[in-house]
Order: sequence, then C-alpha cells, then structure tokens
Amino acid sequence: MTLLVTTGLTKSFGQNIAVNNVDFTVREGEVLALIGSNGAGKTTLVNLISGLLPPDRGRIEFRGADVTDQSSYERIRAGIARSFQLVNLFDQLPCLDNVALAIFSREGKTLHLLSLADRDTAVWQEALEILHHFGLAGKAGGLAGGLSQGERKLLDVAVAYALRPKLLFLDEPTSGVSTREKAPIMDIITGIVRSGGITAVIIEHDMDVVFSYSDRIVAMHQGAILADGTPDEIRRNDAVTTTLIGSPVQP
Amino acid sequence: MSTVAVVFEARSPLRRVTWALPVAVLLLALPYAIGAYQTILLAYGLIFAIAALGFNLLLGYTGLLSFGHSAYFGVGAYTVAFMVKYLHATSMEFFVAGTLVTSILVSVLFGFVCVRYTRIFFGILTLALSQVLWSLAFKFFWVTGGTDGLRVPAPSLLGLRLGAGEDKIAFLAGPYYYYVLALFFLCVAVMWVIVSSPFGRALQAIRDNETRAEFVGVQIRTYRLIAFVVSGVFTGLAGALWVPLNGLTTPDIMHWTFSGELVFMTVLGGFRTFTGPIIGAVVFNYLKTYAVGFTVYWQLFLGVILVVLVLSLPTGIAGTAARALARARRAA
Amino acid sequence: MDVFVIHVLNALLYASTLFLTAGGLSLIYGVMRIVNLAHGNIYAFGAYVSAWIVGSLLAGAPTAVLYVLLPAGALAAALVGAVLEPTLLRRFYKRAEEYQLLVTFGLLMILEDLMRLLWGPFPLSASALFENIGSLSIGESLYPGYNLVVIGIGAVAAAFLWAFVYRTKFGVVLRATSQDMRMASALGVNVNRIYVQAFTIGCFMAGLGGAIIVPAQSAVLGMGVDALVLAFIVVVIGGLGSLEGALVGAFIVGVVREAGITLFPEIELAVLYLMAALVLLIRPAGLFGRA
Repeated sequence: MTLLVTTGLTKSFGQNIAVNNVDFTVREGEVLALIGSNGAGKTTLVNLISGLLPPDRGRIEFRGADVTDQSSYERIRAGIARSFQLVNLFDQLPCLDNVALAIFSREGKTLHLLSLADRDTAVWQEALEILHHFGLAGKAGGLAGGLSQGERKLLDVAVAYALRPKLLFLDEPTSGVSTREKAPIMDIITGIVRSGGITAVIIEHDMDVVFSYSDRIVAMHQGAILADGTPDEIRRNDAVTTTLIGSPVQP
Repeated sequence: MSTVAVVFEARSPLRRVTWALPVAVLLLALPYAIGAYQTILLAYGLIFAIAALGFNLLLGYTGLLSFGHSAYFGVGAYTVAFMVKYLHATSMEFFVAGTLVTSILVSVLFGFVCVRYTRIFFGILTLALSQVLWSLAFKFFWVTGGTDGLRVPAPSLLGLRLGAGEDKIAFLAGPYYYYVLALFFLCVAVMWVIVSSPFGRALQAIRDNETRAEFVGVQIRTYRLIAFVVSGVFTGLAGALWVPLNGLTTPDIMHWTFSGELVFMTVLGGFRTFTGPIIGAVVFNYLKTYAVGFTVYWQLFLGVILVVLVLSLPTGIAGTAARALARARRAA
Repeated sequence: MDVFVIHVLNALLYASTLFLTAGGLSLIYGVMRIVNLAHGNIYAFGAYVSAWIVGSLLAGAPTAVLYVLLPAGALAAALVGAVLEPTLLRRFYKRAEEYQLLVTFGLLMILEDLMRLLWGPFPLSASALFENIGSLSIGESLYPGYNLVVIGIGAVAAAFLWAFVYRTKFGVVLRATSQDMRMASALGVNVNRIYVQAFTIGCFMAGLGGAIIVPAQSAVLGMGVDALVLAFIVVVIGGLGSLEGALVGAFIVGVVREAGITLFPEIELAVLYLMAALVLLIRPAGLFGRA
C-alpha cells in the first residue's frame, strides 16, 4: 500500500533547482534508502515532505490525503516524523526529558498548564522504555549534550520515534559516527522500525549501510530521481554506480 | 523499573519546598516585629516580586526578553484607577477581577504581534508598544489625569473597609499587607505549577531548540502567546495591587524606565531560577528605596550594576547562591 | 501646492536624520549581528555634544565656524563607539543574545544619566545656526533654510555611504565579513578590526543624525529612546542589515509621520507603531531584508 506520494515536487533556491519535478513514492512497511551525491536534493526533498520548506510546485499526498499546504505541526499529527542531519536535541535537558517531551506533545498534554509534569508516570515510564529499546537507558538522567556522537544520533531517532509516526525520515543517522558503531546503530534502528510497523526513509552516504539495511533504494542526482529499485537492481544499474560510486560495484 | 524512581529522586520537588515553609512563616510574622513603615516597604517588594515572576516566565523559561512589561503593570494600575473614577468601585476583589480581564485583553493583543519574533525584534517591539501606552496615558489627560495621575483610595478587602477616622497606614500595614501576602503565595504556587507542567517543559524546549520543538509537534507561536498572556496577567495583577498602596497612578509607571527596573530585578535575582526574580525584586526594592535618597543619578547606578552583573554574575543572586551551596555540600 | 511642497520637505527632513540613525543601526547589525539598544542614546549624545559646542561653548562665533563644528557630535559619538566595542561589547558575541541585549540596555541607562549629569535636565539648544540661515519663500509661506541644509546633508551622506560600501575596498571587506565572518577571517581579514570600524561608523552616523537635527530641535533627555524606537520602525520596514532598506524605510516613515502630524496629531506615534506592526505581519523581513 502506498503511504506517501509526491507529484511534480519542485523547489529552487534562486538559480539552483534543488528538487526538480520529483515523483517520489514510499510504500507502507518498507525501509527505503535515499542516496545521491551532495547537493542531489535528498535533504531538500525531506525538508519539503516534513514541512520545513514550502514547495514551489507539486503535490504531496500522505495516506491518501493532500498535505501539501499543511504546516509541519499538522504533518506530525498526521504521522510524519524526522530526525536531523546535524543532530538537533535539547542539549540542556536530560535524555529522558528529550523523549518525554515528544510523548507529552503526542498526547496533547503540552497544553496542560496546571498539572505537574513529573507526576505523569505513564509518560516517564514510556520514555524510559523507548530509551531502553535504543540502548540508552543507562544515560537517561544525563544531559543530552553530554552524549557521544553515536548516542546523540540514536537519541535523535528515539525522540522522533516517540512521536509514534507512520513514516519516519532519518537524515544521515550514521554520519559522524565511527565505522564500528554504524552497524549496531543501524541494527537498533531497523529493528525498532520493523517491529513497530513504521515505514522508514533513510538518507545515507555509506553504501555498505545502504545495501545491508534497505528494502528499496531511490537514487537522486541533481534534483531528479535517477533510479528506483531493489538493492540488487541498483547494484546492476550502471548509471547509478558510475554517478554515485565511481565505478561499477564488483558482485 | 527502578530507574524511573532513581531519576525522580534526584529531581524531587519536595526538597525545594522545604525551605519555602520557613520563609512563608517569616513573612507572616514579620509585621509584628518590624513596624508599619517597614511592613509597607515589604509589601511593595512582594508586589514587585509578583511582577518579576510573571516577567521571568517569558525570559527565563521561554527565552523572550521583554523591554515593555511596564505596560501590563500600568494596565493593572489604570484599570483599578478607572474603576474607581468611572464605576465608583471600592472592592479589591472587583479590582482584581477587572484587572484580569483587561490584562488578558492587552496581552493577547500585544502578544499576538510580538511573539511572531524573537530576540531583538521581540524586545524592541515590546518596548515600542509600552511606549505607545505611555504616550496615550500622557496625551489623553482628560481620561487618565495626565501627569497628575489618578487617585485611588484604600479599597475594601473582602468587605473589610477602612473606617472614616481610622489610620490608613495601619490599614495598609495590617489587612492590606496580608491580602497582598495571600495573593503572593497564590501567585508563587500557581507559577510554580505552570513551570513544572508539561506546558512549562514545552516552553523550555522551545527556548533551547526552536526547530526541534517544532518537530516534536509543539506549535511555537501558540505556546509563546500563552506564556506571554500568563506573564502579562501576573504583572497586571501586581499593578492592581500596587496602586491602592501607592494611592496614585501616573503615566511613568508605563515608561520604559520601569520596564528596565523589572529586567534589572530579575537579572539581579537570577533569571535561570524560579526564586531568582522573587529575591531580586525584594532586594531591588530595598536597594532603590535607600539609594534614591543618595543620588539623582539613579539610572546610572542601575546601569552600571546591570553591566557588572551581566559581566561577572550572570546567574544573579539566586544562581550564585545555589552554586555556592552546591560546592559547600560537595566539600562537606 | 506650496503646502504640499512644505509637507514633502518636512518628510524629507525627518527622513534624513532617521536614515542616518537607522542606517547606523542596520550597518552594525549587518556586519556584526548585534543590535545595540544604546544606539538611540548615541544619537542623543551626538545631539547634546553638538548643541553644547555650537549652542553654549562657542555661541558668539561666526556662522561659518559653527557650521564646521556642528559634526563634532558625530565625532564624539564615534569615539564612544570606538571605545565601547573592543572593551565591553566584544565579550558578548559568543554568549547568548539575551546577555547582549541586557548589557546594551545597561549602557542605555548609563548614557541617559550621563547626559543628565553632564548637561542637566533641561533642553539644550543651538538655534543660532537655525536662525542665521534665514528662510526661503515657497509660494506664500516661509520655509526654514536650515531644514534644506539637513535634507542636503542627508542626501550627501546617503550617496557617500553607498559609494563607501559598494565602491571601496573597505566596503568589499565589510560586506564579505557580514556575509560570512569565518570565511573572511580564513582569508586573512582582521575581523576584530572590521568590527570596531563598522561599529564606529555606525555610531558616527547616529551621532551625525543627532548633530544635524539639533539646531532645529533642542537636545532633550529621552530623545534617545524615541530615536531608538523610530530607528527600529525604519529597519522593520526596510529590513535589518540593508542600507537601501534604511533609506526607503526612513522615507516612508518620514512621509507617514508628516501625514500623521497633520491629520491625526494625537495619535501620530501610534500610527507609526501600527504601521510597523502591519509590516511585521505582512512581510517580516522588511522590504530589502535578508530572510
């Protein structure tokens, strides 16, 4: 079943056409990797879909409804969440609070002025469980600013996950992380995503990660979709391999 | 899961409440020890503390520095004055109710414009709007009494009136002080709950990382507006409590210099803590009362202290004291 | 018809001094990303110094001499800026913006009382220059010649600034630093020196705005905050960080104020604030501002 469809999505910044007439589809339940060289338009596409930027032209349909004119707030309520390329957390708050805030928001409790946040044990319990799933339970009380890069990346995803989205965009979840840590991080993320029935779109540069973890790969180049297929199909696609990888990959 | 319990222990609100009790008892008992003049002075301090508490919801918790909070204080004061002048009202409860209405209206109006911006734009917008009110109070002198101001007699407190031959000072130092104190306790309690609520958490999140807050589903503008209105109401209430004590309200109360004093007292006390503004307001009140007697260049004095504070003691009295206490505890 | 011309001239007069003040504010922001809340009081300081020199100190001197000395206020303001930036403001660039606002607010209070301390609570005037120029007849009315001088100075300043920022080498460096401070620094630009120079120029402009207006209006306490708020309205309309914006914004505010004074004298200030609020609602970046 199709979860997200964009039709003719276009966005320019002055002379630079970042996203050029893109028809992009995401199917329910899949883990999709969005690849392309720097400047290909991947992050801009995600920014358009998550509502950070308004498109110049085109439509975005999510679960059958047209969300093109909706604010980011409305899209989150509809079920789209994201993590950020440059980790974006509440560094001055403890990890537990970072996740708890997402839960409070999801439950609509953030407009409650006259109840004590600390008393809502259900929320804190859930926050702790989520941290546990992401392997961060030990750092629950510590400030988000004090975590290692890999842990921060995981926390960023955990916060987005706490919103219980249907569609989760992960913008380079392993960038800046040492090679050794990449696999464990991706294992955790894909494990949670698959068991939770969440559809994930992952922007990645590391081809090992891309080929190991995704069901489907969409390659972008200069604002347009270059290729769309399973990892095997993409591996065999010479246009992709030459543009992005430099030379055809040895089977 | 015991970890939740462990995490909570470290943040138990009960620890903070333990010292609040002795302070409350002190405030209740002081009038019997310090005499009428000092009690009235303390009442002024408590009133400014309510105003600063409101102001700091915006600064400390939402990250918005307002240079025009005198506007809401003035709205409170003039609401009471108008009710006396046009409605011949005398009941303090009536005054409080009226102020709640007017301060909500004005804060919603001003807030709607101001919260679309942050930092400097926000600051100067709030300054500009309060100057508009000030200039209106000035120009429409046939309504507001202009620079002569409007007089406000002692109100009735829950039906208790100041009798014809009775001593006004005793009334102000007695029943009125306790009325102010009761409202002070109420305001502190309500504000404490608000900043500890999920809403309060969301505000702090917005302050720390606007983009992330937005992407967690928090609508920045709405939350800021709510904080703005709550802040305006607290400060307006303070204004309403102030005017019967002062006996008179004039346009100066809406001038930017008074906004500056609100900023100053909050920074003096420490704007990153809950109690900072309260401490700062009370200390400032004494500072001003005694220093004004010394020099006409009061602004210069304040300005220099503010610059020094920001340079060397940015966490203010409360913050510095908290750190000293923590260090002492660790050394012990 | 003559009445219309006079209104236009009044608007231009107002716009001239506004452009200088707001332009200074915008320049400083454009290069250094700081807003100096004491900027209005630097304008006031310039006004006071000029009024003092021209109005009191050398009151009897010939008109030509007074003219030459009028910009003294601008120089004094520039000096204040040159001292303040490296000693006080520089420490705050790395800190949260609230601290910057707080420290410049403290400066605002200090300068206000300093002016009271130096020159007392009463207005200081320098009307000799204003009167000595005489008036021009426009139709049936007489229009003060001095006002035309101010308009002239404003126009010259605008042209000079434009040339300075867009045509000189210094201007190129200034613009580069404002676009990307780190990049400029990596290319060998002495960013600290640029900062103090930009700040000084901005203060000079504000001081000049005060200096040229002072023969027409006296220097009074409180003029600084009024100027700050008006300069802010100008940059809201024109866009913070843009000199063209300051020019256009100053012109618009000049016109609206003139119309306001003529048609709604009671709420003239309120009309201006309303306009600023409207602009903020419709086009927050201003006409020429960077988003």
